Amino acid sequence: MIAEIGLFALILAFLLAIAQGTLPLIGAARGDVALMAVGRSAAYGQLVFLGIAYAMLTYAFVTDDFSIAYVANHSNSLLPLQYKISGVWGGHEGSLLLWILILGFWSAAVATFSRSLPREVLARVLGVMGLVAIGFIGFTLFTSSPFERLLPAALEGRDLNPMLQDPGLIFHPPMLYMGYVGFSVAFAFAIAALIGGRLDAAWARWSRPWTAVAWAFLTFGIGLGSWWAYYVLGWGGWWFWDPVENASFMPWLMGTALLHSLAVTEKRGGFKNWTVMLAILTFSLVLLAAFLVRSGVLTSVHAFAVDPDRGLYLLAFMAVVVASSLTLFAWRAGKVGLGGGFQLVSRESALLTNNVLLAVSAAAVLLGTLYPLFLDAFGLGKISVGPPYFEAVFLPLMLPLLLLLGFGPRLRWKQDSPTEQLWRLRWIFGVSLVFGMIWPFFVGNWSFLAGIGAFLGLWIIGSSLKDLVDRLRPRRESTQTLGTRMRRLGRSYAGMQFAHIGVGLAVIGITFVLGYDDERDVRMAVGETVEVGGYAFRLERLEEVQGPNFDADQATVVVYRDGQRITTLQPQMRYYFSQQQPMAHTSLHRGLVRDLYVNMGEELPGNAWVMRVYYKPYMNWVWAAVVLMTIGGLLAASDRRYRIRVRREDEVLEDDAKLAAADAVKPEGNAEPKPAG
Amino acid sequence: MKKRQKRLLLVAGGLTSVALVTGLVLNAFRDNLVFFYTPSDIVADIVPMERTFRIGGLVEDGSVYRGEDGITVHFRVTDTAVAVPVVYHGILPNLFREGQGVVAVGSLQDGGVFKASQVMARHDETYMPPEAAEAIKRAQREAARTVEQSGGY
Repeated sequence: MIAEIGLFALILAFLLAIAQGTLPLIGAARGDVALMAVGRSAAYGQLVFLGIAYAMLTYAFVTDDFSIAYVANHSNSLLPLQYKISGVWGGHEGSLLLWILILGFWSAAVATFSRSLPREVLARVLGVMGLVAIGFIGFTLFTSSPFERLLPAALEGRDLNPMLQDPGLIFHPPMLYMGYVGFSVAFAFAIAALIGGRLDAAWARWSRPWTAVAWAFLTFGIGLGSWWAYYVLGWGGWWFWDPVENASFMPWLMGTALLHSLAVTEKRGGFKNWTVMLAILTFSLVLLAAFLVRSGVLTSVHAFAVDPDRGLYLLAFMAVVVASSLTLFAWRAGKVGLGGGFQLVSRESALLTNNVLLAVSAAAVLLGTLYPLFLDAFGLGKISVGPPYFEAVFLPLMLPLLLLLGFGPRLRWKQDSPTEQLWRLRWIFGVSLVFGMIWPFFVGNWSFLAGIGAFLGLWIIGSSLKDLVDRLRPRRESTQTLGTRMRRLGRSYAGMQFAHIGVGLAVIGITFVLGYDDERDVRMAVGETVEVGGYAFRLERLEEVQGPNFDADQATVVVYRDGQRITTLQPQMRYYFSQQQPMAHTSLHRGLVRDLYVNMGEELPGNAWVMRVYYKPYMNWVWAAVVLMTIGGLLAASDRRYRIRVRREDEVLEDDAKLAAADAVKPEGNAEPKPAG
Repeated sequence: MKKRQKRLLLVAGGLTSVALVTGLVLNAFRDNLVFFYTPSDIVADIVPMERTFRIGGLVEDGSVYRGEDGITVHFRVTDTAVAVPVVYHGILPNLFREGQGVVAVGSLQDGGVFKASQVMARHDETYMPPEAAEAIKRAQREAARTVEQSGGY
């Protein structure tokens, strides 16, 4: 009964999506208010029914209903409750249900928070969201229903893949999907603007907070996935340039470019076409990611079971979306005016360079990810592109980007003096260069690359802080308190600072962990000691332990440094009852400047094991960076100016005219106060 | 006129940098392609020395043994026609088994031993690495063709 209710709710959601994807668009074209109003109620209704479908599947998991094929394949009566709940998204069908639930959530969020948008605009945005929902709910219903019955019912489930039985994985997919699907909102705004034929500063202001939120979630989701690979899979790495990782990284790069390009469109009315193009490309890359992961063209931890129908459906869906939106773009983009002009050295050109570099990076990742797949698909041989390619490409592309990051936020719009900016930052530049070059001495053997990395990280952090201090410095006639001045800078500015400082931390962390990590595969017998990265790892004992749904061999390793006991690590090799494969469970000790961790390999004769021992310097800086960037994105999205009443159209037009007039007359001050609205 | 020249210069500069970057990307791409060969290819001597590539096939039954140090592993990878000796230092993946599919990344050493820097097995119980499957398919196709030809004479 549960499965049938779920399926029925899913069908109703599909019908509502069809209503949402057609009626408001027709209404907007005809000026029919009643039809336009359908969008909002359809969005709410869709969310309700998707919620019911999702709740039914969760209920089936919790009550061990193995008469549903998906539950039987991904759960087990012995599975702890939290993994029964997260097991809902442990496979293709269920994770797709989560995906469309989140899509419904975003639709409803747009319907709720964009009440003040002009009626036509909201109708078009919701209409486009509805079209996207038709594609994905249809995909679920026609190729991947999680509610299919298994007859006769299984007595016991096959269990959730042990790799997925981890807290990191409980949150990784929902966060990632919030990001992926969130970009459909930016896409919907772009398409709605193209249909309406009006791309202006107001449009950018509406779509900017949505983009920032989606970007924040995607950042956090990717970070969680990386963290999971780092310590659950015990491969010792956290980024492998695996095609599936690349699939999530490409929309992130494009989305980052979009976020910056939107700033120009909102503030200066420039880059309009390019911004729309980026919104379309970002969402296309999201669809590509869905295709790569769900079609079975890739084989990796993420890839789901192979089913040609699914791949074909997604490929067709992607083709329709990309082709129709690009056609619309070609048809409408000509009508979009160019923004104000700008000089070679200006905030606009800095952001343009940022966009070009990010887009090229995304293209390079695309090439490295798709080329092997193409060759294989056409039977032209099997090749693979390894991390060296991506590293070789990324290094020279990121160097100028990171260097520029120190200047960008300080540059004036329209025109600025390069010598003046260089002069103002000379101390920051010099100090970060000197400290950056010295820092590697304290981590390990000095290398030029590590020095450059540390320099760039310090430079970004230093120049960001300098900018903050400059902006907080009171003007002569001002009597404002520090608190007031800080508030006046706004959350948008704070968000940018958080994210940029996060980038600085990431650069330092990545540089050091790539340059100085130490990894040793060793034979360890009880009582033996191994030195890795200046730490002594001593195997104290081996024993057998029991968990809720597994037995395990457990090693107790005590870590010393200079005779001081640092920590005790207890890695396990787990044998889950329902699986034939054993599964190593890593034990990790975190620290500010290094992680230590031990993984069990295989048993050797003589009371010994092959163990993998790691020393990972500055790893936590990378995680801290992810958190800062996420906070940054959310802060930027919550800026006051996005929440105030949206002005009527004529006011916006008037405003655009003022903007243009202002451009013609005066250059803006450097410490330009953020407009309060 | 001056503005126009400036713009022209800017466009030219932009195009040059795009060309540069494209060159850089393609160059890195060409240098870092990792090709795939089967054990038969290696025996047939068409594989370049000192270049990283991947091999795939089955771990030959009874071929796996650990060295004295407990870390070095020797095994043979077969595509059912011929087998190639492989040496690897470190922990093998959990699902590494004799008779099962495997893919290894590394390079060919003197004496025809493949020195693996990375060994990959299946991720779960229901899947064979596609490259291992490919190696076996090719070897069997080759075998079938040889039989046909010898039958024709």
